[in-house]
Amino acid sequence: MSENVLRLENITMQFGGVVAINDLSLEVNKGEIVSLIGPNGAGKTTVFNVITGVYEATNGAVYYEDKMILSNHPQGKMKKMYAGTNADKFPDVIVKTPDRITSLGIARTFQNIRLFKSMTVFENVLTAKHMLKTSNVFSTALRLNYKEEENARNETMQLLERLGLDDVKEELATSLPYGKQRYLEIARALATKPKLLLLDEPAAGMNPQETMALTSFIKSIRDEFDLTVFIIEHHMNLVMDISDRIYVIDFGKLISHGVPEEVQNDEAVIKAYLGVSEEDE
Amino acid sequence: MFGKLFSTCLPYILSGISVGGQYALIAIGYTMVYGILRLINFAHGDIFMVAGLIMIYSNVSITPLFMNMGFSAESAFIFSIIASVVIVLVLTVLLGLTIEKAAYRPLRSAPRMSVMISAIGVSYLIQNAAIYITGGLAKPYPTKGAAMPWLSDQITVGSTSIKRVTVITPILTILLVLALVLLIKKTKIGMAMRAVSKDFRTSRLMGIEVNNVISVTFFIGSFLAAVGSLLYFTNYASVTPTSGAMPGLKAFVAAVFGGIGSVPGAVVGAFIIGICENILKGLDNILSTAGVFKDGFTFGFATFSDAFTFILLIVILCVKPTGLFGEKNTDKV
Amino acid sequence: MKKSRKDMVFNLSLVALIFIAVIIVENIPGVNPMLSTVLKKGSIYALVAVSMNLLNGFTGLFSLGQAGFMLLGAYTYAVITIPDSAREKVYMYVKEGSAVSRSWFDNIANGLHLPEGVSNIAIMIIGMLAGGLIAAFFSWLIGLPVLKLKSDYLAIATLGFAEIIRAIFQWDKLGPVTNGSNVLRNFPTFKTAVFPLTVSAICILFIVLLINSTYGRAFKAIRDDEIAAEAMGINLAHHKRLAFVISSFFAGIGGALLAMFQNTLQATPFKSAMTYEILLIVVIGGIGSVSGSIIASFLYISASEWWLRGLDSGKFLFIESPAVLRGGFRMVVFSVIIMIIVLFFRKGIMGERELSVTRFLNFFRKKDGKNEENS
Repeated sequence: MSENVLRLENITMQFGGVVAINDLSLEVNKGEIVSLIGPNGAGKTTVFNVITGVYEATNGAVYYEDKMILSNHPQGKMKKMYAGTNADKFPDVIVKTPDRITSLGIARTFQNIRLFKSMTVFENVLTAKHMLKTSNVFSTALRLNYKEEENARNETMQLLERLGLDDVKEELATSLPYGKQRYLEIARALATKPKLLLLDEPAAGMNPQETMALTSFIKSIRDEFDLTVFIIEHHMNLVMDISDRIYVIDFGKLISHGVPEEVQNDEAVIKAYLGVSEEDE
Repeated sequence: MFGKLFSTCLPYILSGISVGGQYALIAIGYTMVYGILRLINFAHGDIFMVAGLIMIYSNVSITPLFMNMGFSAESAFIFSIIASVVIVLVLTVLLGLTIEKAAYRPLRSAPRMSVMISAIGVSYLIQNAAIYITGGLAKPYPTKGAAMPWLSDQITVGSTSIKRVTVITPILTILLVLALVLLIKKTKIGMAMRAVSKDFRTSRLMGIEVNNVISVTFFIGSFLAAVGSLLYFTNYASVTPTSGAMPGLKAFVAAVFGGIGSVPGAVVGAFIIGICENILKGLDNILSTAGVFKDGFTFGFATFSDAFTFILLIVILCVKPTGLFGEKNTDKV
Repeated sequence: MKKSRKDMVFNLSLVALIFIAVIIVENIPGVNPMLSTVLKKGSIYALVAVSMNLLNGFTGLFSLGQAGFMLLGAYTYAVITIPDSAREKVYMYVKEGSAVSRSWFDNIANGLHLPEGVSNIAIMIIGMLAGGLIAAFFSWLIGLPVLKLKSDYLAIATLGFAEIIRAIFQWDKLGPVTNGSNVLRNFPTFKTAVFPLTVSAICILFIVLLINSTYGRAFKAIRDDEIAAEAMGINLAHHKRLAFVISSFFAGIGGALLAMFQNTLQATPFKSAMTYEILLIVVIGGIGSVSGSIIASFLYISASEWWLRGLDSGKFLFIESPAVLRGGFRMVVFSVIIMIIVLFFRKGIMGERELSVTRFLNFFRKKDGKNEENS
């Protein structure tokens, strides 16, 4: 039995009257690479936003390493509007801001790349090291933390070398080609020393060769940094090649999950992706 | 006792309603510009002040013209006032449109902070220009003698005697606001305005001439500011280069209070602020009359009549940042 | 590493040179007294502009409360440092007299047998630090609710806060402390420009070190992308508050220096117009550039206090026209220049860059390189 790193229980996310995620439960085990797939607008990124605390889930709970990091139930106005289920199952209210979640060991990348645009490649990654500092504002300003700073710089350099970004380290992050910006986002996430890495469409905009390279890259960093990886992706070759398990959602609801072969042959998944032809109805 | 308290309160409430109406006319300019450009038009208060100065200068230079034409001093003055009102309205609108064209249009694609800085720069420029032209002195508003004769007449309401402008202001304000709401709701340009304020870029793609819509917005805003200025300065008797700053800021707070982007919200907010501010000015007096403050004790509430507006602002921003009638905007991740 | 060290040496020697120049200039009789004014006021404005830039330029928080925090610093300084012997006269319009006394300090100073010069400097430093701390404390307090607001709402809320502070300080019930709306005077002031230059230089140095530290990077990350910054583990509320409090601390010190420069103190000039003035300096220098803010401050003060004076008095360069060049014309010309910068040179003098000897050298090297390529 492998241990849970991440577990979602009955997560519902409702914006006004729109239910973006509906009663979703899933788990990601240590060392696994798990994919979350689904048609456009299925609510995949919303799942990430709930896990990382960008959105406050309307109902449900999230566990990280078996510790509850989020728990909520419909409150206030939502009580009346709530369209989901299990409204009484989670009496506690635990809400953490994204920075707290990251400091627990969950790092993420963004679907629409969000690099620090005024900074160089090196600074982008170095900034992510800020979270790990132990010194206060005065000692950093007076440079009493020079050892820590030097360490952070060295680690950043190593990371850039590992990801093949060391030759562009003085360039402005936004001047990099698209593919490299994706790698830089991963480097920045790794700089926070996560145990769980959430990748939101890392292969978006890449050609087949680049996607293949990315596939083996993700596998290799999983082993090298002792990571658990949770991916949202549309490139099916990558998903089928890389995933230990796959979850499929459509309209915010889980419609299938299992190992790649199972999911590939699931009627519900095929329907969701290809739609139902009129004759069948 | 109660009657006496009422008669103490009444003048403050009445002038509060009047000032509120004047703030409302300025606040509409703020709220409409913000609704469409997401810009706090810091120069709007100064446009209001310039309208006051135009009135003074045009009246001074036109009266002799009429006198040369053979009218008596008194009727020349009245004609000159009427002509000046027209000039004020026209020139103020032109000023508003020019500012938009010269200082905001070139920055349409720039970050919001740049446009806001430009607005602050325009405000700084207008104030300095006004100091230069007036020599930094307070200029008397033409209210004496037969000038603005009808507006500044005293009339009696109940037991208190007030200027007629105090009663006229709220009525005129409400009429103008109704007309404006009809314009926004019923006409084609109003529909375009609503569309642009919802989504600037999509409206442009849908073929709406965004620049025209913005010009119309500035036209309306400046026009109402000019009307507000005519009413406001009739009460205050003189104009200084900085006399637009405070009413401007307060009107902006009123717009935020009512929910920025919403015209009725701005009007309601302006009346609330106007009334509260004036009651605060008289609160020492009122509380002494009511017997709460004894032996000539005073608190000095009047010192805070300006600050009150900002306290209200901070409270409303913290409790309900969207204001009374505002809509919520969320960022997409 | 090597590059930044070279710049550091360059900048420090530049500062040292300026200091020597100032000391020499101030001691030559017959030098234009305007120069001394420019150096004093310019250094004060430089500090305040840099502190505003820390917030607006580096952290991306558009705050317009600068004048309010300066007022807090200025009043704290004045109230603490006025000698007891002068208090009766200063507070003559306040029925209760002054509620504050500096006897605690005088007792200590007497006990230590400090010479007057030393004790004077000591109380000035204590007063300035207290001014900074009070400003910082109030910014912390107001920051709790206000820093959650988005860009322009934050601007207007901080602007409002400054107005509230101004009203409170003019309230006659606080007369025993603030002297109500009457003038505060007789507090210790500086004679030469060396004092404000030194204080500003130390404060700006601290801000520069902060900006180049890991906290400075976190501030810039927040400016660039709040959501990404938060996802990288940067606590938004904490870091915004930190930037706000530090910026206000130095604004408070700047306010104390301004009080000393003016010799007398009243709440009225600390209006939003003062904040706008500083904001425009920051814009002229380049939002996000410390050296830009410093250069712009001295340029701004030189232009408004000295070079353009002639525009007000009828004679400028070779033009003599008392009808046009009368009181106020200087500021009109000046604000037109500012508008031109705001509209057409949006990056200001420095953009986001800093004054740097390596960049300076590279600039020429690149030029040479281009020539070689062409040939």
